Formats: sequence, C-alpha cells, structure tokens
Amino acid sequence: MKIILRDFKKSLLISLWFMFLTFPLVVVRVNTIENVVVWRWSNLIWVAAGSFFLSYLWRYMLARRNRRRKIAEEGVETRGRLQMLLENEQLRNRVLAILLALALVFPLVFDTYQTNIMVTALIFVVLGLGLNIGVGLAGLLDLGYVAFFGLGAYCYAILNHNFDLGFWFVLPIGGMIGCLFGVILGFPILRLRGDYLAIVTLGFGMLFRVIMENWETLSSGPSGIANIDRPGLFGLEMTLAQSTTYIYYIMVALVVLTIIVTNRLKNSRIGRAWIALREDEVACVAMGIDMGRTKLSAYALGAFWAGMVGVIFAAKTTFINPASFTFMESAIILSIVVLGGMGSILGVILGAFILILLPEYLRAFAEYRMLIFGAAMVLMMIFRPQGLISGLRQVYTYKGHKTHVGVKEQPINE
Amino acid sequence: MKKISMLCATLLLAFSVAVPGVAADTIKLGVAGPHSGDLAPYGIPAMRAAQLVVNQVNEQGGVLGRQVELFIQDEQCNPNVATNAATRLVSDGVHVVMGHICSGATRAALGIYREAGIPVMSPSATNPPLTQSGEYPNFFRTIASDDMQSKLAVDYALANLDVKKVAILHDRGDYGRGFADFARQALEEAGGAEIVLFEGITPGAMDYSSIIQRVRRTGADTLIYGGYHPEASKLVTQMQRRRVNATFISDDGVKDDSFLNVAGSAAEGAYATGPRDLSHLPLNQAAVQAYRSTYGAEPGAFFQEGYAATLALLNAIEKAGTTDYDAVVNSLRTEYVDTPVGRIKFDDKGDAEGVGFSVFKVVDGVFVEMN
Amino acid sequence: MDYFLELFFSGLTRGSIYALIALGYTMVYGIIQLINFAHGEIYMIGAFVALIVSGVCTIYGLSGFAILILAAAIAAVYAAAYGFTLERVAYRPLRGSPRLSALISAIGMSIFLQNYVLLAQTPDFLPFPRLIPDLAFIEPVAHIIGTPELVILITTLITMVVLTFLIKKTRVGKAMRATQQDLSMARLVGINVDNVISLTFIIGSVMAAIGGVLVASYIGQVSFYIGFLAGIKAFTAAVLGGIGSIPGAVLGGLIIGWSESFAAGYISSDYEDVITFVLLVVILIFRPAGILGKVHKQKV
Repeated sequence: MKIILRDFKKSLLISLWFMFLTFPLVVVRVNTIENVVVWRWSNLIWVAAGSFFLSYLWRYMLARRNRRRKIAEEGVETRGRLQMLLENEQLRNRVLAILLALALVFPLVFDTYQTNIMVTALIFVVLGLGLNIGVGLAGLLDLGYVAFFGLGAYCYAILNHNFDLGFWFVLPIGGMIGCLFGVILGFPILRLRGDYLAIVTLGFGMLFRVIMENWETLSSGPSGIANIDRPGLFGLEMTLAQSTTYIYYIMVALVVLTIIVTNRLKNSRIGRAWIALREDEVACVAMGIDMGRTKLSAYALGAFWAGMVGVIFAAKTTFINPASFTFMESAIILSIVVLGGMGSILGVILGAFILILLPEYLRAFAEYRMLIFGAAMVLMMIFRPQGLISGLRQVYTYKGHKTHVGVKEQPINE
Repeated sequence: MKKISMLCATLLLAFSVAVPGVAADTIKLGVAGPHSGDLAPYGIPAMRAAQLVVNQVNEQGGVLGRQVELFIQDEQCNPNVATNAATRLVSDGVHVVMGHICSGATRAALGIYREAGIPVMSPSATNPPLTQSGEYPNFFRTIASDDMQSKLAVDYALANLDVKKVAILHDRGDYGRGFADFARQALEEAGGAEIVLFEGITPGAMDYSSIIQRVRRTGADTLIYGGYHPEASKLVTQMQRRRVNATFISDDGVKDDSFLNVAGSAAEGAYATGPRDLSHLPLNQAAVQAYRSTYGAEPGAFFQEGYAATLALLNAIEKAGTTDYDAVVNSLRTEYVDTPVGRIKFDDKGDAEGVGFSVFKVVDGVFVEMN
Repeated sequence: MDYFLELFFSGLTRGSIYALIALGYTMVYGIIQLINFAHGEIYMIGAFVALIVSGVCTIYGLSGFAILILAAAIAAVYAAAYGFTLERVAYRPLRGSPRLSALISAIGMSIFLQNYVLLAQTPDFLPFPRLIPDLAFIEPVAHIIGTPELVILITTLITMVVLTFLIKKTRVGKAMRATQQDLSMARLVGINVDNVISLTFIIGSVMAAIGGVLVASYIGQVSFYIGFLAGIKAFTAAVLGGIGSIPGAVLGGLIIGWSESFAAGYISSDYEDVITFVLLVVILIFRPAGILGKVHKQKV
C-alpha cells in the first residue's frame, strides 16, 4: 500500500513537472502580428495525463532492465533467448539462408514501391556494414561517413554525364575513389583520438557538401545532376518496375558480398588487430601492431564500401544534389551501427531495416513521424544500450591437457 | 497528450477524405511535397489546397461523375525520398499528380512519372530546365520560371532605379542559386551596371554581418538576393543595423508575408518579384476564404498555385472525358480554366500561359505592386 | 582599418555567442565524456521561450528593455529545466552503458526536441520583438558596432565572470572540478556526483539560453531549426579550444567567430566553412587535444 502511494505521489510530481516544462511551448501561442495570444489549455490536460501514465510505464521498464543487469553482474547466463539462438552456428546459418531466400523472392511478392524502399534499406545495410568496420571493429568514431557515400555517387554521376561511362565500369572505380580519399583524409588525423576524430570527420562531411555546392564546373552546383543512367543489362530496355527489381538484385548481391568480406575480415589478422586497437591502444601498440597502418586500413576499407554503394545510389535515384548528403545521413548510418549492435553483422542489418523502414511505415503518422523516430532512438538506447544483437567474438578455450582447442563464439560483454 | 488529440484530428480528417474513396472507380489524385521537416511551410499550404478543392468537387458530384480520391505523400524535399514517394504514387495507381514542391525533388521524381505516363503539375518548382529542356512532356506548372523572374527584376531595376554597382548573393540552394545566376546573366546582357560581388551565404547561419560589411565595402548600391525569406529578413535587418543603404531586390521566395513580419521596419523599401496580385478575382477570394474558415489562419506559400494546379488537373480530366494520359495532356494544353491565379492554359513545354509576375515594393509594411 | 574593425567586431559578436553555447558542451563533456548533441536544441528552446514571454508581454502592452531581461530570466529557468530533464530522462539511465549509446540517445533527443517545438509551435520563422533600444552615443560607430552587439558583448562578459567565480571560488565549483578530474574518487570523498552532473547540465543550459535570447533579439527571428547549425559550430569551438577546458571553449568560440568573419570579409563567404574546418584540422594536427586541452599521458 505504501509503495503504491509512493509511486502515485512520484507520478503525480512528474506529471506536474512536465506540465510546468511544456507550458510555454505547448499551451501558449503568440501571434505578434495580429496581437493575439492563444491559450491551448486542453493540451495541458493531455500532457498531464500522458506523463502520469508514462511515468508508471517508465519506472516499470527501468526496474525490469536494472533487474536484468544485476543478474548479469552476478555472472548468471543473461543472454536473451534470441542471442543464445544466434550463437548456435548451425541455426545462424540457417536463419541467414532463410533470410536470403526471402530476399530473393521479395520483389516477386511485393510491388515496385515496396521493392524501391527495400533498395534504400539495403543501401543503408551496406553503409552500416562499411561504417561498422571503422566504428564497430576499430573503434574510430566517424561522423562524416556520408562524404564517401556522396563521393561515390558524384563519381558515377559525373563520369556518366560527361564521358558516358556505364554503371558496371564505374562501380569498382567508385569504391576505389572512396578508398583513395579514405587514405588521403585518414593520414593527417591518425593521431587524433575519439571525439577529436569525430569532430574532424564531421568537418569532412560538411566540407564535401560545401565543395560540391561551389565547384560548378564539376558538380553543376546546388541544382545537382539529373538523368543519370540506371544500370544496364546488355543494352536491354527496361521499364521502371523492371529496373527497380534489377537494382534490387544488384543490391542483394552486394549485401551478400559485403557480409562475406566483412565477416572474413573480422576474423582475419587485420580484423583482430582492429578489435585489439579498439580495446586498448597502448597494449596493442606494445604488442607490435602498426597503429597507423591498422587505423588507416579500417578507415579506407570503410570508405571503399561507401563509395561503391554511392554509385548504386546515384543509379537508383537517377538524380543527386549536394542536399542528399547531409549530416543527418551520417547520423542515421551511425545510429544503424550502434542500434544494431556494434561489431555485429546481423545487428547492423536489423538496425538498418528498423531505421530506414520505420520512417517509411510511420508515414501514416504524417507530421509525428520524426518525433516518434527521435523518441524511439532514445528509448531503444536506454532499454538495449548494447544494441539489438551484440557482436559475437571468437573465444578460444583451453580444455584440460588434451591439447584440444575448441572454438566457441561468445558475445562481447561491454 | 496534445499529440494524441492532434493525431485523432488528423486521422478523422484522413478518414473523411478517404471515405468517398471506398466507392469503386474513383479519380485518383496524388499530392506530394514536404509535409514535415524544415521545408514543411512550403508544402503544407499546397496540400491543404488540394484537400479543399477535392472536398468541394466531391460535394458537387465529383469529376466525370466519379469521386476524387487523394493520395498524399510526404517527401521532405529530399530527392531520394521523393523517388520513393513517386514510386508509391505510381503503385497506388494515381491518374494525375499535384506536386512536387522543390525543384530538386521534382526533378528526381519526374522520370518515374514520365515512364508511368502520369501528368504532373507543380505549384512551385520554378527551375527553368524542368520545362525548357523538353525532357519531361508530362510536366506542367502554375508558376513562372526563375529566369523570367530574374529578367523581370533586373529589367525593372535598370529602368526605374539608379543601378550602377550590383552585389548578388544567393543561398547556395538550387532555387536561390538559379535566380542569382539568371540575374547575373540578365545584367551582363543588358550592360550598364557593374557586378561587384557574386557569392553564396550559408542558410541558417547565425548572422550575416561580415558579408554585409563586404557589400558596403564594394560600394554596391543594389543587392540582389536569390533565396528564401528567413535569410532575406536576416540580411535586411542586418543591413539596417549596419547602416548599409543598398536597395534590396529579391525573388518570389521572399515575397511572403513572413518576410514583412520578421524583418519589420527593415523590410521597408525592399523589392521582390512574385505572382501578380490577383486577390480581386472572385475565385481567389473564395479559395482564401475557404482556407481561413477551415484552418483559422492565413494561407501560406504556394496555396493559390496549389489550388490552381488541382483545379487545372481535374478540369483537364473533366474536359478530356477520360483519365487517359494523351487526352489529359492534350486538354491541359488546349482548354482554358479559371483558377485563383487567373484564366490559364499550358504551352507545349508545360509553362502556364496567363500566369504573370510583377515587381513588388514594400511600402508601409505591405507589398505594393509596381507595374 | 575601418573594414578590419568591422569584421573584427562581427567576429567577436558571433564568437562570443558560440563561446556561450560551447561552454555547455565542454562542461558536460568534461564530466561525463558525452557529446550532448541536444545542447543546440536547448539553445533554441531558450530563444523560443523568450519569444513567447516577450510576445505575451508586448501584446499586453508592455515593452522595452526590461521585458528582454524578464524574458531572458524566464528562458534561463526553462532552459535549465529542460537541461535537467534531458539528463534525467535520456542520459542518466545510460550511465554505465557504452559511450556511443549515450551519443545516439543524444542524437535522438535532438531530433525529438526539434520536432516537439515544430509541432507544439509552428514550422514558420517568428519575429522576435526589438527590445534593445538604439543608444544615441553609439550612433557614430554604429556601422562598426551597434547597441545590440554591445549588449551581447557585455552580457557575455558578465556571464563569463560569474561562471569563473562560480567554478573557482564556490564549494559547488570545487565539487564540479573534483568530479571532472575523477568521478569515482569524487564520489569516495563524499561528493554527490549525481547532483553535480545535474548542476552541470543546468549551468550549461542557462548559458545556452542566454546565447539564444541574445541572438534572437539581435537578428530578430526564431525558428525550431536554429539550434542545429549553432550547436555544431559551438561544438567545433569546444573541440578547437580543447574539450573539457572552460577558457578553451571561450577561446575556441572566438577563433571560430573571427575565422568565419575574416574569411567572409577577405576571401569569400562561399568558403567560410571550409576555412574554419581547415583551421580546425591544422590546429588539431599540431595540438591533438585542442589549444588549451591537456594532453593526458597514457600510463599503463
């Protein structure tokens, strides 16, 4: 009874606090031109009631989360059911196979619109996987990743527009240009750590946009480049629906390629060096790992994928302008990686689908969708801070004297 | 919370629009534009215009005896989202589209409509190549193009104002940059005035006092600005603060009541081009009245153009007697229609004939038509 | 020379606003190593609340400089309340989680607050009433520095002095410095770390609100979107000066303000952002922890 009363009092206070907090913005609306003040008192009632009930929910969820965390600290098995299932390699492969099969039949079942947004989602899957190399594996926080994406897109747009080069020819060039610029930009900033790196990369992202806006002769400035060719298939004429499906399959293939390559990289010599660097720079260098080269390779490889997928993006929209490559895109890509679970490939895929498809399907909420989107980002971080699926890590266990070394994968416990 | 009540209202509204659509065989009208994000103020009035027209038309029995159904898509003026929205509208099977708002998004989406054979009419996309390049035979607009505006502004300034040195600024966006480029071109062709500065400013920056100082230093007597009203009002406010007396000339994006309200006394004496004042037309008055009584506010940017575009599209279907692409396009090009922007039809390229621009000057806090 | 002075004061005015906002970033970062992305929105909310207060006052027939002070005071209270709530709701439950999670939460909060103001108020730009009268004695130099600029500079100066006093001389300030140096050690010596963190958010938010009110009354307009760019510039300033360092934030703000101003004045405003970021990269290459930031020797 006492607890109920206490909770009630707490919620009442919270409700009063939010009434105070939202009062000027939600209740008052001034129109200084016609000199009227509109008092929207009914809104206050909504705020009061809403915050009162949400505070109950909030407390309950937080308590549940903390309970779980405590159990985790005591060392009891706490990986969620999903997580445990995923650790079963056989099952994981089966899940991946089913996903792939679903992906392959998708355009046959759904209409062009659905396929089209799915292409956007897949583009962000590859971007997420690319950024995951830098942020998730090597721990290099990059807030300007969109610059490489834009570089690839402009690379195709310009080459296609001026020299009439085809999609397939430019695709690898886009990747390599991204990679090249990754190295060039990576060099001066290798010494920087953590958040300094973040702000410099943020700067790069903004610089890219400014340069594209001003360098008329190269990029046709703010009005952008239109009528970029869609990918060709032996000169076949394709309708919009057909070419959307075609791009979709190209994207599926690229996603599969990215998954295979990043997965192999992760468990390679250089991949382990990245993870080591992320965990402890000093110890890592002491072990004889060349820090500069390792960091640079992570940065450049991440940029490679962004450049490549940029080419596909340009071919898909057939129109690009500098406004398509803003900080918001970088933030979304970063959110995909963190939300999905850093270092985890499956997590990144899931994160991309949620963040890209959520606003699309939230269209029903019209003007509220960005509000809900923002709130969802905060809530997901609070209730699943390690991401949806935490990264799996190779663990080598020494079992007794039999000199048998078993390989098992365990989630990273942050 | 407030959001929920608003949500209910939105749903109700959507429902009330959607109900007639349940009846089979409707005329499907797509509406696309920015309805959220920072450019929402430019998209929402046109969307509401379409809703008003459609409600009215449906009450009067619809088009060709069929009810009109609205399909509204938000694309935030983002080209990539615009292609998604366009694909969505195409899969929904719309017959005609009223939109998009921004030139960039329009350009990105137009190819999709062209392939699907859907006529598109924008109330606001003023980028000249959209019609002049001839690449988009399915595109129409109820607003005049940028080059026409720039030329009008420059001609007016050269003829009526004492212009010797001109500074041109723009907001680096496709619209503002276009206006500035065409203004430079028109000035160079006309001769007589010297261009002393041509530069872009960052939209949304905290202040523009440095570039204003630069304008003063160049000794410019005229400042031509291509862009929208938020930056324009900042520019004129700071010109006043810094005691810079150049004549301010700008475009349609600035000829907005928000410019007058925000800039206040600093706006006095500024010039802007914009669609001719047609508030004496009964149809125009009726449209504005309908907006006021429904939404309790003054209609914003591109409301009349959106209203006109919706009317023109529905009229074309009515006159053509079918929703067939060729017939509708043909009827758009041949049949005159009365709209809030005047009695219009469209030329071969898709620009409206009969839509004119004028130069306005701010006198005592209101825009006054100059010619 | 006049031209140089004009640009100098333009940059100084702009820079001091950046500095006010940057202080919030740097203080929060100093204590919990979080880039508070939603800080720019607090600045915007401060400006908006001031607009509403002064709007209501003007409509009921009051006007003048006193209204501005009243509006600024109420805006500061509300910004503090928002900053406090922001930390409680979006960051405190994430303490002990990976640092990047908190960053994403901050980005989410920034999107949320922007759209909240958009929906609760308006997507349009609103005019901010002119409450700063033009002083007669400054008229001869008004093209170099006018009354509003003067008000901005004096207010910023006073705020900085108060802040320095607060941090250097009071008990609370000592607790804040201790927490910044070592959070868990501070807790051991009996400092209520949670309160200190809340206080840091409150002080930072008040600074941002003051900046917001000053800018709004200077340029005469407010919209829900003004927080984003100002926030990024201010954050850059904080990093440039050495994040975590309070004098560094001020210095960084001024440097960014001047570099933008001189770049726009002498080179081209097309490239003012480019020049600013090139400057940032160059400075960080030579001083990886910012100008006044301490380079922590890593001990193993």
